[in-house]
Amino acid sequence: MAVSEIPPTPPPGSSPLPPPGPPISKPETAAPVTPELEKASRRAEARRGLFIALPSFVYLVLLFVVPLLLVFVYSFATRDATGQTVLEGWNLDSYRRLFSAEVLEIFVRSFLLATVTTAICLALAYPFAFYIATRGPRMRNILLVLVMIPFWSNFLVRTYAWRVILGSEGPLSQISQALGGEPFRLLFTNVAVLIGLVYGFMPFMVLPLYAALERMDWRLVEAARDLYADGWTAFRKVTLPLSMPGVVAGSILVFIPSLGAYVTPALLGGARTVLMGDYIVSQFLAARNWPFGSALSFAVMFVMLVATIFYFRAGAKTL
Amino acid sequence: MRRLSRLIAPLMVLALFVAACGGDEGAEEPDGTSAEGGESPEGATGASCALDEVDGDLNLYNWSEYLDPELVTAFEEQYAVDVVEDFYESNEALLAQMQAGAVYDLIVPSDYMVGIMIQNGLLAPVNDEAVPNLSNLLARFTELPYDPGPEYSAAYQYGTTGLGVNVSVVGEDFPRSWALIFDPELTADFPGGVSVLNDPREAMGAALKYLGYSLNDTDLEHLQEATDTISGNIEHIATFDSDQYDEALVAGEVAVSHGYSGNMIIGIGEAENPDDYEYILPEEGATLWIDNMAVPANAEHPCTAFTFMNYILDAGNGATLTNWNYYGTPNEAAMEGVDQEVLDFYAPTFEAEGLEIIEDTGDYEINFTDYLAQAKG
Amino acid sequence: MNEGTTPGGLAHRLLGLNAWLLFLFFYAPIVLLIVFSFNDNNNVGIWTEASFRWYGEMFQDDRVMGALRNSLVVALFATIVSTVLGTMLAIALERYRFRGRGTLDGIAYLPIIIPDVTMAVMLLIFFFQAFGILDDLLGIHLTSGLMTITLAHIAFCISFVAVVVRARLSQLDSSLEEAAADLYANRWQAFRKVTLPLIAPGVAGGALLALTLSLDDVVVTQFVSGAGSTTLPVYVFGLVRRGVTPLINAVSTVMLVASMVLVAISLGFQRGAEARGQRLADPEALLEEFSTD
Repeated sequence: MAVSEIPPTPPPGSSPLPPPGPPISKPETAAPVTPELEKASRRAEARRGLFIALPSFVYLVLLFVVPLLLVFVYSFATRDATGQTVLEGWNLDSYRRLFSAEVLEIFVRSFLLATVTTAICLALAYPFAFYIATRGPRMRNILLVLVMIPFWSNFLVRTYAWRVILGSEGPLSQISQALGGEPFRLLFTNVAVLIGLVYGFMPFMVLPLYAALERMDWRLVEAARDLYADGWTAFRKVTLPLSMPGVVAGSILVFIPSLGAYVTPALLGGARTVLMGDYIVSQFLAARNWPFGSALSFAVMFVMLVATIFYFRAGAKTL
Repeated sequence: MRRLSRLIAPLMVLALFVAACGGDEGAEEPDGTSAEGGESPEGATGASCALDEVDGDLNLYNWSEYLDPELVTAFEEQYAVDVVEDFYESNEALLAQMQAGAVYDLIVPSDYMVGIMIQNGLLAPVNDEAVPNLSNLLARFTELPYDPGPEYSAAYQYGTTGLGVNVSVVGEDFPRSWALIFDPELTADFPGGVSVLNDPREAMGAALKYLGYSLNDTDLEHLQEATDTISGNIEHIATFDSDQYDEALVAGEVAVSHGYSGNMIIGIGEAENPDDYEYILPEEGATLWIDNMAVPANAEHPCTAFTFMNYILDAGNGATLTNWNYYGTPNEAAMEGVDQEVLDFYAPTFEAEGLEIIEDTGDYEINFTDYLAQAKG
Repeated sequence: MNEGTTPGGLAHRLLGLNAWLLFLFFYAPIVLLIVFSFNDNNNVGIWTEASFRWYGEMFQDDRVMGALRNSLVVALFATIVSTVLGTMLAIALERYRFRGRGTLDGIAYLPIIIPDVTMAVMLLIFFFQAFGILDDLLGIHLTSGLMTITLAHIAFCISFVAVVVRARLSQLDSSLEEAAADLYANRWQAFRKVTLPLIAPGVAGGALLALTLSLDDVVVTQFVSGAGSTTLPVYVFGLVRRGVTPLINAVSTVMLVASMVLVAISLGFQRGAEARGQRLADPEALLEEFSTD
């Protein structure tokens, strides 16, 4: 994973500042820089970096990596007759099952749904974040908080409210009837699932986009507008590339939970098609088949990892 | 679950970090327990409790909305202990917690899960002397396949899994059969379609029953037939739902809803027009399920737990419980105090044919999940 | 923001329209949720008449209040710790080169990628093993509870905070920080006076995300909880099975109102801070001032 490997490229000829280099070293010090001194200072930097990273590093190793290794061990174990995971008779059966047509189909379906969700979120959230970022500082804060407030209620209660809205007696259907149309129901359709997912994960897209856009050096955009006649080109050549880290972060934050989502598809879509999240949950809970559930989880993580890396590469290229 | 300490040595080193990091936080845990280890399957728990003895606060792990809060308050006052309630929403989540060493004094697993827990040594035997009210139980709730005796459990409440029908849209003379959710020709006329439980054992079990098999059938060909039955009507199954089936029915979203008796009767009771709905047990037979009180082998306050068990099995308290949660009572002595409405509702359970309890099928169990996934396509 | 740099005319109006439509989208279910909290019926979906019945029941229901308290305690600790750790992680990864950086980079993102049920199961197994070992070796007897829930929430929140802060940091001009390093006596001062205000929106965004995640988590919490540590979402999840009553809507409404009040207060504080001087609000202006000397 390599967020920082995206070269931060300021648009040609417009930046008054030198390109930023990662270490906070001071090149223009008065004293002549000897190689030894430079080396020592680099070593000091490295020590400092490690020191800053250490608490999170230790925490994540203890409470994430070790547990992850435990599940990895489980994925090679066997399920006994009562559904207990037996830590002997190690085998690759669970991984072999991953390549069955059924599992692949479930995976492709979930992947498509997550892709569409992410695309819709991005299309809606980008102009939205742009709008917020271009308000005055106080208005910005208020709008941002207004985005978050709905999500401090309870997830299930929100989803339940959507059930009412999308149901055959809901406001949408009633509006349609008032206009002389037929009563209709979006509940238990794929559209309902999409609406629910987009709704649920929108803040994950808005926040990083806002963080990226708010920081934008608008002098660059101005300069670009002087260079290229129309606003669209200026946007494409300057604003978009500059906000790319936000786009990448937001897309990942939306794509991944969409791929694993199961409560929203169940409540709004009626669980009529099996998705990855649902399938993994049912392996752990209904079937009590932890080895296979663990193997499925690892497969999903692996694919997401690969997808994210590709996404980063692609993101880096468009810059 | 087995300890890994001997398998992965480096893990121990890492776990020591937990001691360093989490040690002081842990010290604040206000549980003041003895130094005795967490899980000793044959702990002396069962034997030493006297009638009405309490040995500390009760940590109760139960399904939510299953126990009248007033019963809890009365118990707390009578025995001067606190009852701490936590909730789970599936037997499997409960099992995972218990296998991972969670410490509770009383849990309420369903039938097949009692069997699994006994096999895994997770339950302590019930101390008959501390629970004399066991004699209040109906005979049919003391002869159980999953816990012969019964040695480790005492029935709490029971119910059935059947169909809620919106008579106003389905019509008066509907077939009392699983055809209501599986027959494509019949269900095609139902506005909104039907709802089926999103539970592999219940959904596949209903289809197996429809085809005339046992819901504990372990023949893969029969299971394939059941799968085809569900997928053959997938168009008219609006939703697979284990939570909101009753609301979906009375809100008019679906015409027929597959679900558990207690929820269905409450849902129907709160409908604008309760007479429009009926809960039926299909004539092919259905699931009978029994939830049971059991004391885990690692319980810290088993005597309070047995006292609570005895308290619930009391005639008056049993009636209060049933009038509150609308599930069937296994308590014969309590029947007198139970509302007629609830008694009427559960009366057919005693006559209905083909009612079966779900049993754990061992290695075969994983097939139900896979075939339901396949049925959905 | 400079007026001249924002797109004018039609484009601008379209942006505004999009924004307000999205707000409508965000708030439609919330309005419904609040309206139904005043529904007298036991069933959320069926309206009978308006009443405050559920608000009364809520404050009397020990289980709801206990669950709410547990949720708030966990969310508070998890948000604070994960915001601090996540921000440090983001800074280290974005601004420094050190041994093990690549590995940490990968590890830092895995908690986001993992399906939550897997996270739940693996933490369940982990706490079981860790407690067993502690018991065997040191005789320390621990059980799951609010502590394990908080530890678990921090484990996944760190990564989310780090991603958001990093998105912000990566487009910050590090020359500002360099200049700050020249200006101030030590690095901590430079960080506090320049870097921190510059990344503040990212940190705040990360903290908000952590808070949201912690307040809504069901799956992981349920697996790592113990006696007496039921949180609100877990309680609600159980309730849903036996039918949703407007009680939960009432609880949600109260939480919404409480968070709005908190936010209003903190916005008020921020205004006060701005009024006290431009220093906090605009470190760039401050730097420019210095560099023209």
